[in-house]
Amino acid sequence: MDFQVVILAGGFSSNLVPLVSKEVPKALLPVANRPVLSYVLDLLESNNLKDLIVVVEGEDAALKVGGWISSACVDRLHVEVAAVAENVGTAGALRAIAHHLTAKDILIVSGDIVSDIPPGAVAATHRRHDAAVTVMLCAQPVSGPSESGGSGGKDKTKKPACDDIIGLDSLKQFLLYIAKGAEIKKDTRVKKSILCAAGKIEIRSDLMDSHIYAFKRSVLQEVLDQKPAFRSLKEDVLPYLVRTQLRSEIFSDQNNVEENGNGNGKNNMQNNEVVLSQILSNASLPSFHQVYESGLDSRKTNKCCVYIADESKFFVRLNSIQAFMDVNRDVIGDANHLSGYSFSAHHNIVHPSAELGSKTTVGPHCMLGEGSQVGDKCSVKRSVIGRHCRIGSNVKIVNSVVMDHATIGDGCSIQGSVICSNAQLQERVTLRDCQVEAGYVVCAGSEQKGETFARK
Amino acid sequence: MDTRRGALAVPKVRRVGFFTSIEPPPESSQRPNRSQSGPVEATTSSSPLSNSPSGNLISPVLIPPSRHHSDNLTTRVAAAAPVPVPGPAAFRRYLAQDRSLLHVGSYNPPDSLLGTSTPSSNGEFSEDSASLFGFQRSDSTKLSASFPNGGFDLTLAVRAPQESETKIATASASEGKKKIAKVSGKSESVTTKPQKEKEQKALKDKTTKAERRAIQEAQRAAKAAAKGEGSRRADESGRANPGKATKKPQPKKERLPVTSSVSEKTAVAVEKEKRMDVPQTLMQYDDRSRVDKAKRRAVVEQTESKNKVELFLHLPQYERGNQLPNLSSNFFTLDSIHHAVYKVGLQHLAGDISGDNARCIAMLQAFQEAIEDYITPPMKDLTMDLTTKINGYVSFLIECRPLSMSMGNAIRFLKNQIRKLPVNLSESEAKISLCSDIGRFIDEKIILADKAIVQHAVTKIRDGEVLLTYGFSCVVEMILLYAHEIGKKFRVVIVDSRPNLEGQKLLRRLVTRGLDCTYTHINAISYIMREATRVFLGASSIFSNGTLYARVGTACIAMVANAFSVPVIVCCEAYKFHERVLLDSICSNELGDPDAVANIPSFRTNAKHSKTINNNKNLQFLNLMYDSTPSEYISMIVSDYGMIPPTSIPVIVREYRREHLLL
Repeated sequence: MDFQVVILAGGFSSNLVPLVSKEVPKALLPVANRPVLSYVLDLLESNNLKDLIVVVEGEDAALKVGGWISSACVDRLHVEVAAVAENVGTAGALRAIAHHLTAKDILIVSGDIVSDIPPGAVAATHRRHDAAVTVMLCAQPVSGPSESGGSGGKDKTKKPACDDIIGLDSLKQFLLYIAKGAEIKKDTRVKKSILCAAGKIEIRSDLMDSHIYAFKRSVLQEVLDQKPAFRSLKEDVLPYLVRTQLRSEIFSDQNNVEENGNGNGKNNMQNNEVVLSQILSNASLPSFHQVYESGLDSRKTNKCCVYIADESKFFVRLNSIQAFMDVNRDVIGDANHLSGYSFSAHHNIVHPSAELGSKTTVGPHCMLGEGSQVGDKCSVKRSVIGRHCRIGSNVKIVNSVVMDHATIGDGCSIQGSVICSNAQLQERVTLRDCQVEAGYVVCAGSEQKGETFARK
Repeated sequence: MDTRRGALAVPKVRRVGFFTSIEPPPESSQRPNRSQSGPVEATTSSSPLSNSPSGNLISPVLIPPSRHHSDNLTTRVAAAAPVPVPGPAAFRRYLAQDRSLLHVGSYNPPDSLLGTSTPSSNGEFSEDSASLFGFQRSDSTKLSASFPNGGFDLTLAVRAPQESETKIATASASEGKKKIAKVSGKSESVTTKPQKEKEQKALKDKTTKAERRAIQEAQRAAKAAAKGEGSRRADESGRANPGKATKKPQPKKERLPVTSSVSEKTAVAVEKEKRMDVPQTLMQYDDRSRVDKAKRRAVVEQTESKNKVELFLHLPQYERGNQLPNLSSNFFTLDSIHHAVYKVGLQHLAGDISGDNARCIAMLQAFQEAIEDYITPPMKDLTMDLTTKINGYVSFLIECRPLSMSMGNAIRFLKNQIRKLPVNLSESEAKISLCSDIGRFIDEKIILADKAIVQHAVTKIRDGEVLLTYGFSCVVEMILLYAHEIGKKFRVVIVDSRPNLEGQKLLRRLVTRGLDCTYTHINAISYIMREATRVFLGASSIFSNGTLYARVGTACIAMVANAFSVPVIVCCEAYKFHERVLLDSICSNELGDPDAVANIPSFRTNAKHSKTINNNKNLQFLNLMYDSTPSEYISMIVSDYGMIPPTSIPVIVREYRREHLLL
């Protein structure tokens, strides 16, 4: 279908600081004991997209990600892993790999999404409108733990207020305005020309940019070339395109080229082509772009379209610690079709090689990884426990994520926390809403709430 | 050939009838009796020969009586069968290849355009006839052609048996295989006399000297195999027959130079084309088995709508809501569909493109792109493989939205071009030639045609006139704009209708160009028509009985205009003409989104109303897209061939179809 797929897998995200480390880049954070990147790859694979470019920030991270990809899916997918310098931003990353991009349209997918929205829908919308850029929007997810999450106290890890403010036309087909909620608190500007052309603009805050974009390659590269200062796709490139959609002087020449491309190879008169394009454009419902264009003949426009995903679809971006918790909870809970595991009758997954002590209960929506040992009289609820963890007796784990090879001593109580791999909790530790860095040792008997344990 | 014969129908049938009724009445009055008594003795079969120049000879080849019994049996059976299955392409081709004169009389039915099914096999017959009836081009034309002059049926009926006898005579000289075919042919001859008549005439016309010689040769070969002297006479009689046959149509030949000049070879070629050129038989969606079959192949997931309107069960009715999301989410998984075609399909489905010309152009351009990207797989033939590819695309497009007639014509043209590609052409050359052919089609059949129409139609606009138009037609818009450009002073009344409100587009554009416009809805047509001095209408298609097939509401406009004695001018490119005959707007139509009808802004806000609308089992919505306007309400059709009355459509279709096909 002449689409190239670029996955922006990021590097070591600062948002997720205690969770990610040199060993575990963001793309490899485990969601239900699978790297988050694998969800994206599965999604793409199920849509028959098998030639992928994965862009990773930083050489080390790229090596890690590349190693995992080659071990996990070398037989099914054709993946190119490209490393770019750190802190170049998404736009910079694309600039760095621009020479790889050859197809007519580029599908850019963030590497940290867990979703079942078919990316084909974005591509189809993009093609149908012949748009310069198409953005997938989805409903704002319910942040924080679900009502069943219990004891609350999530105040610290609350999602930052970065709700997008999105302006749509009356048919919800075109993107007229986009800004981050944080910026808009003071004041905002909407282009008068866009407002005039569209007639009506619908400002919504219940939608969220899902970081899945379809770009026309020529437009994208043009912008990246002409605006070297642009760092972020979402914060710079996209707003710029939306802002200038009616007066995109930089694309005018290129549009002409395309139009001529339609007609050549035939010896028909130029005149005929004009009539032809007129018939075609007259026939389609005039979007405001065309109305505007017809008013000012010389100007060319580029369309910014949106695809609004169905509310029933699942979509989460793993961009904060809270989101990480949510994703883990949902993937083994409500959205368990994504995990790819088959659940037992108790709605949980206990690996056959896991050992459970006597009087230990593993509740629904739980996952117990391969080779893990759980001592006597333990209780695990709505938690994910990684591979080869050793958990002592009388341990209570609720709403938490315990990564691989963690050791938890007897009598611990863990609620709403993340224990990274190789971390060690000594006896009688009580943690609430804490994050424990990989390899960190929490002393016996400590009782903490909302702390982040990391080596300085 | 089919088209020619079919198209011949309307204007020429009269002359034929006249002719035959004068010339052979004494003979024909005798013959039927004999043929009726045919089954009694074997020799009767050859008795008609006595009327031919070499008539006194006794037929040397004996035909087993049993066969004749069966012949006549089938005759009766077929006569009883209600649906005639005409369309002689396939079998006649076979005969022609055989180079035997036998086909002079042998009009045979199994060659219905759909080819393979013989009329006697009842299982298939029912199915095919169903699809045949409405949708076969030439056949239906013929049928309809025979309706108006029913008076001739008598003479024709009288004549028919005679022909069948001739056939029997000639058949006796040939192998059993052919005879069997003729048996069925004969049976057909009784049921579809008028057609047969025409059929035969055309065939006779074709028996040129070369053909006769070829047949003679074939017969000689048969003679060698057969027994001695008797067969010689058969040969003679066989020779005598063509003599007789060609004599009669001789005067007609002058009138039909086209027909007589066609050599046998091209005839065969065209036959072949025609046969492969089966029109897309519209599916009857109330036919369970076929729908299921189609569903298995379907690319677009479709849920059938729950609230079906009974009268329109034969049309595809699907829930609109989830088609587009389903299709678009499969964007990457549909490898078989070229992305350009896919895009056009999406646009059709979403309604981004409407209007026949635009849809057709978009489709052709997508095909152009697809052909450019096409690579023949190894071990495959470009012609065959590309045709199947195109077929796949076409069925995909049909799933997205039923094709319009004009698109059907364009597809037919493209397939013909593919078929006619010289074998020795390299792949790239073939692709270039096809692409340029498509480009030429767009240019000549659509754009230049539009220009020609504009030139013609503008002459009909005088200063001070009030022109009424309905909905949106791009060619009407061009006419109005051009007339304005060259300084004519006139006023435009745009009549529009819900739910599409396409007239608003037209209004917007006309007003920006400075035309004086009035905009109204169709409810007010009887009031606004008083002002109008001329009505310009666009068309989706015009059928060969002159019926105009256009956006729903057109018929209403035309009839009101007729009542007010306002001339109705229809602007239609000739590529939209179709050989089919349409009598109503029920059997062939397209259903739009039923919700669009119910979607009245003020209604929606009212919760009470919306409740009654949405959950009412007794209320069904029907959003018809097209209607048919009978030809008597149309004063004139402006096409690229000039300004013509609706009765001339079949002439255009006949005379230019071939050129259209061989373009």
